[in-house]
Amino acid sequence: MLTKRIIPCLDIKEGRTVKGTNFVDLRDAGDPVELGAFYAENGADELVFLDITATIDNRKTLVELVKQVARQVNIPFTVGGGIGSIEDVSALLNAGADKVSINSSAVRRPGLIDELALQFGSQCIIVAIDTLFVDGIDWVHTHGGRNITPLKTIEWAKEVEQRGAGEILLTSMDTDGTKAGFANQLTAEISSNASIPIIASGGAGTMEDFYDVFTLGKADAGLAASIFHFKEIEINALKNYLAKKGIPMRI
Amino acid sequence: MNIAIIKYNAGNVASVMYALDRIGAKYTWTDDEKVIQAADKVIFPGVGEASTAMAYLKEKKLDQFIPTLKQPVLATCIGMQLLCKHSEENNTDCMGVFDVNITRFQSNTLKIPHVGWNSIQARGTNDLMKGLNETEFVYFVHSFYAPVYQDTSATCNYVQPFSAMLQKDNFFAAQFHAEISGKVGQKIIQNFLDL
Repeated sequence: MLTKRIIPCLDIKEGRTVKGTNFVDLRDAGDPVELGAFYAENGADELVFLDITATIDNRKTLVELVKQVARQVNIPFTVGGGIGSIEDVSALLNAGADKVSINSSAVRRPGLIDELALQFGSQCIIVAIDTLFVDGIDWVHTHGGRNITPLKTIEWAKEVEQRGAGEILLTSMDTDGTKAGFANQLTAEISSNASIPIIASGGAGTMEDFYDVFTLGKADAGLAASIFHFKEIEINALKNYLAKKGIPMRI
Repeated sequence: MNIAIIKYNAGNVASVMYALDRIGAKYTWTDDEKVIQAADKVIFPGVGEASTAMAYLKEKKLDQFIPTLKQPVLATCIGMQLLCKHSEENNTDCMGVFDVNITRFQSNTLKIPHVGWNSIQARGTNDLMKGLNETEFVYFVHSFYAPVYQDTSATCNYVQPFSAMLQKDNFFAAQFHAEISGKVGQKIIQNFLDL
């Protein structure tokens, strides 16, 4: 049976993991390669590396980092942050990334999704959507929720699929950082209308939150950062918990 | 050991190379028939679209050459589909090593493509799953599949049972991405190299 995926997200700044971690058993918890390999060994189904600085100077650092990760990690991994062109994607895939995630560049120029899907195949193009509920409607936002766009989240999700996105990474800015659970209602609405997988992100605080996002939220994958980094939840324990509750898991 | 990875216009082979690096295997990425012919093992990877890939292989005459190889050949994902008889993807005639046709998943309830970790089950003779359990999880990304038939060496279930692996004479094929399928994938590649 196809399993639901659990995905830790590592935020990268100048080649280092930021936001901190609580892995006393790692030599260097700030080393994304070591942390990624640790997760791969300990139940993660996939990894996402998000370059939060994403400046041109850091591009080369990121490509080098991707090479290091690809040498060490034997599960799929995605790289995102500041990707805006075919050249960017080509460099990251050639360095060993399995997928890339694009966000504000797709909002600025939606045709980029079509171009990337045609050039590299839909399977490696994830479109990340940051969403915030404003005046009764879910709107796409950029810049970590600071900038509202004229795009309605539900419409935009349909559009990115039609343009060739292979998966959608949906982050609710309403729930992100709250640890009060994922945005299940919106996730379910988008997932029900999509034929591509939806990775839900933002709000995970407990194991039950993951159960809810896979059942109520109809998500195909659940992504989180700090609860994994600070070992509030261990991935293997989470997967065992979900499997016992009947969610298909790779154990 | 001398491994040739067939170079053509399908896909991102970096992951395959890194998987071989992790095992410590040496390889050459080439479309030179002489180099491929001389290799102990041949890997035919790929991510892409069938008709574009076949057009390229025909132009390079690799479509005639690959089926004549005598050493162990491992084909993955689109590589596996190209070794079958025909693909429904843009109505493409393929190489016909495996006597089976590729069709598209059809479902009103399940998402297409089939993306993620799914379990495979060994069936009949399967030299690449030696040392693994009867059932193991591997990583898939595909919309087209080979039905289960006589050369199916592992099955998977999505929409309906389909061929996760094929094995016939010196040809071995996997629909999933062994190169990013964790320890299981690594073992499958190791088993291929140990043949």
